[in-house]
Amino acid sequence: MSNKKHLGKIKGFTIQFLPYTEIKNLDSDERIRKILNIVLGNNILILQGKLKPEEEARLIGDTMAMVDHIKTFKGIELAVISGNGDKKGFYSQFKYGLANALTGGDVNAITIIGPATIVKEMKRNPKKIELLLNK
Amino acid sequence: MVKIITNFFKKIFSNFFKKKENIKLGFYGPPNAGKTSLANRICKDFTGEEMGKVSKIPHETRNIQFKEKVEIEYKGKKITFKMVDTPGIATKMDYEDFLKYKMSKKEAKKRAKEATQGVVESIKWLDDMDIVVVVLDATENPYNQVNITIIGNLVARKIPVLIVANKIDLGKADAKKIASAFPEYDVVGISAKKGQNFDEFYESIFKLTKKIKK
Repeated sequence: MSNKKHLGKIKGFTIQFLPYTEIKNLDSDERIRKILNIVLGNNILILQGKLKPEEEARLIGDTMAMVDHIKTFKGIELAVISGNGDKKGFYSQFKYGLANALTGGDVNAITIIGPATIVKEMKRNPKKIELLLNK
Repeated sequence: MVKIITNFFKKIFSNFFKKKENIKLGFYGPPNAGKTSLANRICKDFTGEEMGKVSKIPHETRNIQFKEKVEIEYKGKKITFKMVDTPGIATKMDYEDFLKYKMSKKEAKKRAKEATQGVVESIKWLDDMDIVVVVLDATENPYNQVNITIIGNLVARKIPVLIVANKIDLGKADAKKIASAFPEYDVVGISAKKGQNFDEFYESIFKLTKKIKK
């Protein structure tokens, strides 16, 4: 892993925004690899959209496998805010369903993933996500 | 022709009245929510034996643990389960977190390594469950992505889910918060340690078995 050398003492981090179009055409393996590569480079990733539940589980599993193999990697903090959670009406459901069908995913959602060495905790409730960073 | 029809009805009726056997009942959740305490309580109630060791130190269960043929009886009905207790699912692991429990560095590193492998195993086993009890700590914030990911994966696999809000005996516990975080699911508040509200828990488990996909 080429990013290994960056994972020691944290001197800084960047926030990287990834539009959904960047992962839309990738298969699950490629998506997870891309996400983990970004996080291993000491970046906090803000992803437009969200992964499928199976991909989220894979991401956690692959993260744990990496913790086991990369000495300075402690894992990730992860939070998702769904874009259509409060839209209960038929029209809204239809509109969001159609938008998601056209784009291939819930583009109204936001996924935040950060390395645990930088992000101490992601506190969330239905309305917001707070990132508490390590000092 | 008559034989075919007779066999058809025999099959239907035997399936209908067949005793439910060895339903795989999984216990999932984040670390230290009380999965093993709950599994122990059930096993103790119906087999007289406990299932695994519990501890205040997170990631005490680091391997999948099984208990075959646990026959649960509730209001005269009996169902036999294969109980599967899983390691807590986490997204991060730092051996230094274990050092505060007076563990040596070597022990802490070993525990962290085993715990990461345990998380991977828990995820792999998701596919094999018939029903799952997601055990959450009622004193903690339920809006944790691990909880949402576990439940999302069970729903995607069409595995019936019961959410348990454990530790209701503690003052800080808020089972209602868990219920409002997951309004589409049945949530039962219990104390695995004190044995509180187990009638409702067993009733919910029996109901859940009816939702098993054929």
